[in-house]
Amino acid sequence: MRRTSAFPSMFPGHGTQLGQQVSDISHGVERLHEIAYQELIPLSSHPSCLPLSSTSPPPRASRSPVLNTGLFINNEFVAAKDGKTLDTVNPSNGKVIAKVSEAGPEDVDLAVHAAEKAYNDVWSKTSGKTRSRLMHKLADILESHAEELAQIETLDNGKGISFSRGFDVAELIQCFRYYAGWADKIHGKVIDTEGAFSFTRHEPIGVCGAIIPWNFPLLMLAWKIAPALATGNTVVLKTSELTPLSGLKFASLVAEAGFPPGVINIITGYGPRAGDALARHSKVGKIAFTGSTNVGRLVMKAAAESNLKKVTLELGGKSPNIIFDDADLDEAVKWAHHGIFFNHGQTCCAGSRVYVQEGVYDEFLKRFSKISRDTKIGDPFDEGNFQGPQVSETQYNRIMSYIEHGIKEGAKVATGGKRHGTEGYFIEPTVFTDVKEDMKIMQEEIFGPVVAVAKFKTLEEVIEKAHLTEYGLAAAVFTQNVTKALEVSALLKAGTVWVNCVNQLDYNTPFGGYRQSGFGRENGKYALDNYTQIKTVKVNLTRSTRST
Amino acid sequence: MSPPADLQTITLPSGKQIQVHTHLFINNEFVPGTSGKTFETINPTNGKPIIAVQEATEADVDKAVAVATECFEKVWKKVAAAERGKLIFKLADLIERDAESLAILEALDNGKSYKIALEGDIVDSVGCYRYFAGWADKIHGKTIETTNDKLCYTRHEPVGVVGAIIPWNYPIMMSAWKLAPALACGNCIVLKTSEYTPLSALKFAELVKEAGFPPGVVNILSGYGSPTGAYLASHPGVSKLAFTGSTLTGRKILESSAKSNLKKIQLELGGKSANIVCADADLDEAVKWTTAGIFNNHGQSCNAGSRIYVHESLAHEFIERFKKEALAIKVGDPFHEETFQGPQISQVQFDKILGYIESGKKEGARVVTGGARWGTVGYFVQPTVFADCKDEMKIMQEEIFGPVVSIATFKTVEEAIERANGTSYGLAGGVFTKDLSTAIRVSNELKAGTVWVNCFDLFDQQSGFGKELGEYALHEYTQVKSVKIKIDP
Repeated sequence: MRRTSAFPSMFPGHGTQLGQQVSDISHGVERLHEIAYQELIPLSSHPSCLPLSSTSPPPRASRSPVLNTGLFINNEFVAAKDGKTLDTVNPSNGKVIAKVSEAGPEDVDLAVHAAEKAYNDVWSKTSGKTRSRLMHKLADILESHAEELAQIETLDNGKGISFSRGFDVAELIQCFRYYAGWADKIHGKVIDTEGAFSFTRHEPIGVCGAIIPWNFPLLMLAWKIAPALATGNTVVLKTSELTPLSGLKFASLVAEAGFPPGVINIITGYGPRAGDALARHSKVGKIAFTGSTNVGRLVMKAAAESNLKKVTLELGGKSPNIIFDDADLDEAVKWAHHGIFFNHGQTCCAGSRVYVQEGVYDEFLKRFSKISRDTKIGDPFDEGNFQGPQVSETQYNRIMSYIEHGIKEGAKVATGGKRHGTEGYFIEPTVFTDVKEDMKIMQEEIFGPVVAVAKFKTLEEVIEKAHLTEYGLAAAVFTQNVTKALEVSALLKAGTVWVNCVNQLDYNTPFGGYRQSGFGRENGKYALDNYTQIKTVKVNLTRSTRST
Repeated sequence: MSPPADLQTITLPSGKQIQVHTHLFINNEFVPGTSGKTFETINPTNGKPIIAVQEATEADVDKAVAVATECFEKVWKKVAAAERGKLIFKLADLIERDAESLAILEALDNGKSYKIALEGDIVDSVGCYRYFAGWADKIHGKTIETTNDKLCYTRHEPVGVVGAIIPWNYPIMMSAWKLAPALACGNCIVLKTSEYTPLSALKFAELVKEAGFPPGVVNILSGYGSPTGAYLASHPGVSKLAFTGSTLTGRKILESSAKSNLKKIQLELGGKSANIVCADADLDEAVKWTTAGIFNNHGQSCNAGSRIYVHESLAHEFIERFKKEALAIKVGDPFHEETFQGPQISQVQFDKILGYIESGKKEGARVVTGGARWGTVGYFVQPTVFADCKDEMKIMQEEIFGPVVSIATFKTVEEAIERANGTSYGLAGGVFTKDLSTAIRVSNELKAGTVWVNCFDLFDQQSGFGKELGEYALHEYTQVKSVKIKIDP
């Protein structure tokens, strides 16, 4: 098997150096910026990664893979120009994991220029077939580092290790494979016009910026980078300051896959500094943002005030989950629980408002409260736990204040409502009843394990209530009646409607918001539209041709 | 009597040895044919037998179709699309790994240059599998707006068991063109190779198993068109048949479907493709592409540019340069590095081609170069160029499938288009001009499934050739189901 440089001759002047850059990463000059992160992961949770003897544990530091904590620009890790760093914290105990380089406007500029150069010199001339091969290769490499990626995600974000493995990392790999398949299937059209031969080219935009949140760091990275690369763009992606580590691990594998320097650039920093600089940068042709509606507004404003770059926004939600009398109640309870408590409620499409028809309301509430109360909370590296900590102290405080507010406004706590344990940012699964539509907890996105359950009588009434927020990201309906299911799914103003399930995200079905939950669709073929611009070419055929 | 051993050793002229399976590949196993019959495959370079392989007969077709059917119903149709894609991708990696063995068998059995097989046939086949691997999880139905009281959507479902009959001119590539889209769409396959070139597919079959395809998804039979191919084409358990080969056989296949279960038929048949060289063409380029257009694969290509219409103003110069190119073609041993043209596939084809050459001479066409056998051993034919050809001549109307090109002149582009469209075929065509309007006008007017402008014989997995390749091929291997769900008022 050819193993060394995967594509030695694909990029004249670049290919030969790639192998070297890979080793630079692991033996790099940036020693100060490397962490042996596995020392921070509980021993019991990674036997598969580091076989340990019970009698004499090996010196872990010497065997642990290291993670470079610089900014990844031009296939190299570099420190921030001003030398700034930020602390990333383990939400399970509130302790600092590592200092990572914090990008400022100068670094953003550097990354954008690297991406622009890569686009002009190499990437815009690289065929779809080659892009596809590189992306497949990257997916294979990610797969061989799946366990490491999952552990880093759990360490930094606090999500359960089995979710990191089975969902975040598995979907990351699948997303790259899926879009690798699209790279050589970008089709324009030939359009019959009078007197001219007309065709369209679906061209890449050039440099795409991406700003991703902390709730699904690797998956959000995949949703942005994979379609952007498939369609022929280069990328500058900013990870969240709360969860920079998995993006750094991902970055360390990019060069090994054979991507030319500058095609993928990953930087960490704060929204108001690095994020704003990226959203305002005049050489960035498109910015994709996932995060809160408030920040989405700022991103769009930055685009309006700078170069009118294309914007796609995937924002907040307050998704209704509607349970009719004729629903399979076991299923409805199970899914409603998943709908709000999956990822500790830190999901933009979380089913945070549950509307239950009056005939089954009491029974539903009883079962739902019980299953919520029984949710296993604790160390995310313990596979038995469903719920880990919230991501940060700020988020923790924010959620607790929403709970306070709910109580103050007169809602009843059916279960939960308090901190869990004494260390880290854990919150009990919290179920509110007796809510009113104008309460803050019914209007605003809490982004935590807090759900409100309300009663309704008729279909018309529940549709009206479902639409009483500014959001429209997702919704769910539970019924055994096909007609009702289809009718409700047609009426709901939401980008995704789940019938008898929730939170089913597939890499090949589109996802995005109605109303103030954003615009643009990620995943599936639809996402290709976010990263291409269409050129119409018309060739005049009417002038008299020589009869030759 | 026990059948001969499955794995046998072939010694190449270089002394190198290579092992091949000789049995039928059914249910991921190599099994002897039920009749115990074998046939010899011949080395066209010297006319001597290479090895005997098992011959599939009707009972074996029955067996393969039964296995494919069961596999489809019980296993394959439940395998997730992304998983199918991964398997096809793996298969592509394995073909790439074993490219040399496959190319050796292709060169030995078919007579094509080893180097061309390695760098052309195999590379393109790998690309074809990778391309369709990507389609596996991108097969989209539609939702269709009808009335408010209905939800209407379509499912693009696999057809079930696909039969495929492939020719001897590009054995590995033709199997890729059939198998890759059929697998991506979720079908099981029974593929019959040509009796002239069974070997590379038997090597390929090993890789199918190694890639991890469930038993019964891909079945490969060696055998003759009659009875084996005919039986497959009329089999009631086969829902679709894809055939590449002669127009004559294609007609029979269509008849067998009509007489049996009305299976879907896909035919990729013969051609008599015309190249039109306009007065403003870049002559160097035109000569380069039109010679390749006919002499690639020794003229044994269905899309071969076997007729050339050249504008009278540059006919003389064109023919002189064309002659020079034809004379420069290196004919000989397919394992020799320099060889461009090897032998024709068989004695039958060799005789047929020489017969056409005779008829051309008799009908008054002028032999510019070639016109006879090359050497004394094997089925080699000299690259042959006829000029002063008239449209009604046999060599201008019929598919010769050999290194023989017929050149005629024209005065106006309109005339050239009309004459180019004057055969019963319509597979491909070419036009050489610097004028964009002429290029587009001629490509619009030519009645052909592919038109090349200022090039010829360029293939991409993406762009489609006839109805094979590209996204279009997916339609060939799926059937559309409309689902309508009533919504009560």
